[in-house]
Amino acid sequence: MTTMNRRCLVKLLGTTPFIGATLAHAQTPPALATFKNISSRERIRQRYFPDLVLTSHEGRKVRFYDDLIKDKIVIFNMMYAKCDGICMPITMNLVKVQKLLGNRMGKDIFMYSFTLKPKEDTPMVLKHYAHMHRVKPGWLFLTGSEADMETVRQKLGYVDPDPEVDKDKSNHIGIIKYGNEPLERWGGCPGLSNPAWIVETLSWVDWPKDMKAPAGRGGQR
Amino acid sequence: MAHISKRNRRREKDRQTAANNRRELIAAGFKRRDLLKMGLLTTAGMLISKKGLSAHPLTSAGFAYDDPESPPTTPFVENMPRIPVLAPVASLTPAPTIAPNTPAGEARTVPHQAFAQFPPLRFYEMSEQAGTVLMAPPGELPPQTIWGFNGITPGPMIVERYGPLGSPQAGSVLLRLRNNLPVNNGGFGLPSVTEHLHNGHTPLESDGFPCFFMERGQFYDHHYPNVYAGINSTHPGTGDIREAMHTLWYHDHRIDHTAENTYKGLAGTYILFNEFDTGNENTGFRLPSFGDGQNPLTSFDIYMMFNDKVFDEVTGLLAFDLFNTDGILGDKFLVNGKIQPVLHVSPRRYRFRWLNTGPSRFYQMFVLGPNNSTKSFWQISTDGNLMERPVQVNSVRFSVAERNDVIVDFTGQAGKTFYLENRLEQEDGRGPTGDVLPAGQGQKILKIVVDGPVVPDNSIDPALITQFYGFPNTTDAPRITRTFRFERGNGQWQVNGQLVGNCNNIRFAIKRNSVEKWIFQNNSGGWQHPIHMHFEEFQTLSINGQAPSNSGLITKGRKDVFRLEHNMEAVVFFRFRDFVGKIPLHCHNVVHEDHAMMVLGEINDVGDNKTQP
Repeated sequence: MTTMNRRCLVKLLGTTPFIGATLAHAQTPPALATFKNISSRERIRQRYFPDLVLTSHEGRKVRFYDDLIKDKIVIFNMMYAKCDGICMPITMNLVKVQKLLGNRMGKDIFMYSFTLKPKEDTPMVLKHYAHMHRVKPGWLFLTGSEADMETVRQKLGYVDPDPEVDKDKSNHIGIIKYGNEPLERWGGCPGLSNPAWIVETLSWVDWPKDMKAPAGRGGQR
Repeated sequence: MAHISKRNRRREKDRQTAANNRRELIAAGFKRRDLLKMGLLTTAGMLISKKGLSAHPLTSAGFAYDDPESPPTTPFVENMPRIPVLAPVASLTPAPTIAPNTPAGEARTVPHQAFAQFPPLRFYEMSEQAGTVLMAPPGELPPQTIWGFNGITPGPMIVERYGPLGSPQAGSVLLRLRNNLPVNNGGFGLPSVTEHLHNGHTPLESDGFPCFFMERGQFYDHHYPNVYAGINSTHPGTGDIREAMHTLWYHDHRIDHTAENTYKGLAGTYILFNEFDTGNENTGFRLPSFGDGQNPLTSFDIYMMFNDKVFDEVTGLLAFDLFNTDGILGDKFLVNGKIQPVLHVSPRRYRFRWLNTGPSRFYQMFVLGPNNSTKSFWQISTDGNLMERPVQVNSVRFSVAERNDVIVDFTGQAGKTFYLENRLEQEDGRGPTGDVLPAGQGQKILKIVVDGPVVPDNSIDPALITQFYGFPNTTDAPRITRTFRFERGNGQWQVNGQLVGNCNNIRFAIKRNSVEKWIFQNNSGGWQHPIHMHFEEFQTLSINGQAPSNSGLITKGRKDVFRLEHNMEAVVFFRFRDFVGKIPLHCHNVVHEDHAMMVLGEINDVGDNKTQP
């Protein structure tokens, strides 16, 4: 057994010796007044939807939250254009979902496919991919800086806890996640689920009968 | 560690480093108090997240998931609530009907199949609705908005009795649930629900099939005959007493949204007595008395619902990780709705009913005594089914939804303090690492102070109980042997190589009143899964080729959740009797469950021959 002094301990922990500050933070329950009265919707935005600017396959700059998510029903998935694995079947599946959603696509329901390989997947490459799959308005393929795309991936939980599995993009997570942003209802299902089933799961987060969709929603900027 | 794949080695190394660091700190003589002073240990006994020290996982990007870390709370201040007992109502309006009462707003779509045979004699009604509760000592965390049965969590306890042998009808009850949940969910929760009585022998239209959900404003009548399995088959007129279950619970089971809804509070307890397990320590098996469930001088049978949660450090409010698909771990441990409470007991025997409602954590619970001693106790049941006889153990391990009834004897311990301590190390939603921490280094969940008045103890010493009911045989020839292989691909769950589909994808059919043998295989690498089957309990025949154990970590017995650990193969024996309808087989790590780790089947009068559904 080794003897350890505080210096070793600090080195081990990589902390500064300002122990008192840590203590105050870690141990004393804060006064109730120190908690902030922030809406849960705003906390979700802060936690999961950082203010990033991404580029769509149409070459437009779009803000991750303000333009893509706010006030909308959205569907997310991860892909990259040269993927030999699960991307293509999911894209083809989502094309069927797009068809089933009819005129609500691009009106209040939007689909976003985020690239896992932003270096390769320039807007041009994604545009070609979108055209190849006859993607219609309301569905954007999105790229950006590597750091930003990694942030999106992490924030939306497309992460495997096993680092080796996580690195392997050819075996990336094939779940689609969906939600109604103002209603704060979120969920996920396998990207290869039956398209009609995907549409049904979306109905669970749809606007309640007695609630109108937020005014001014829809239309991509 | 043999069960860790090559891919996991680096991670395993990190974890080992962290564990070693923690042990070195202890070995170096840094007492818990020193660590507390330095802000490295929370009063809950957990190390503050620091790389190389905390058991909190890091992502491949090198930073911890931005899981909120709960604000500190003062442990062992609040008294542990005793769960209130639900009183029956005289009648229901509108009166229950066999056919779904669609015009009146009933969400049920299938007629009650056993209503005429077992007309309900007692009626219960609960409303699923929002409520406001305090989970921490006053002045620490703000009031929390939860969703609960009658607006509380845990929901009220239903205390019922099987009909006496020979008059099984006497146990029949009906529970009407109403969905009065709000549109506004405060950040998580789907106000569309279905309730599963886990694990009643319940006609399946009342069982809480995940796709039988009700929307806001609707109601759903659940018919619980409270009969022993075999009632309409092997043991007509009585049912098989050896199929008795005593510790059950009810919870939301909404397809794809169970994790958030149960985490938000939609779970409650349900217990069943009979002429053997009577609730009275002067009769039957003479287990500690239930009394009225409230009075500390007469109620020694205490249900404890464990769950772990996390609170937003900015708002102090309950937080749910919306996009997590692996499993969610909390850093606050609740018993009956309070964070790390205190229970005052008298120096005598108690029956504790331990239930883990998750969402994803596994426990190995010890009773920690003075000077880091470990107090042994008696385990009497597995998942609510009494064992062959009580077995003295040092701990019980239980994953999500598993229950253990135990008898802890505080006789002669007046003045002493004990803790329920979870020593099972777990870093993420994949399951425990397999390491069991040394005494005093786990998570202290409940403080137990033996300072109650001396009261009579007429319960029997568990050492003197030589038999409860015994188990039904497992030698009947199965009609079919089925294999369920649980795998992971593209971050999604597969069973037998198939993505689990949707509500219409009924993948196998069991013939009513038949025997089946099932093989559970875990091929999903570093993951563990609590595999749950509704409606019937199984008996384990073998685990990795070995007979189940009746000492240490008990695996012998009747259960409804199989804890499928790393690279495990288990063979289990089922009888499916009496009622028909749709059933799910699923992982009870509710985050996995919501990400389609579920196979839907049905019991009918034909059955099928799918050996790998």
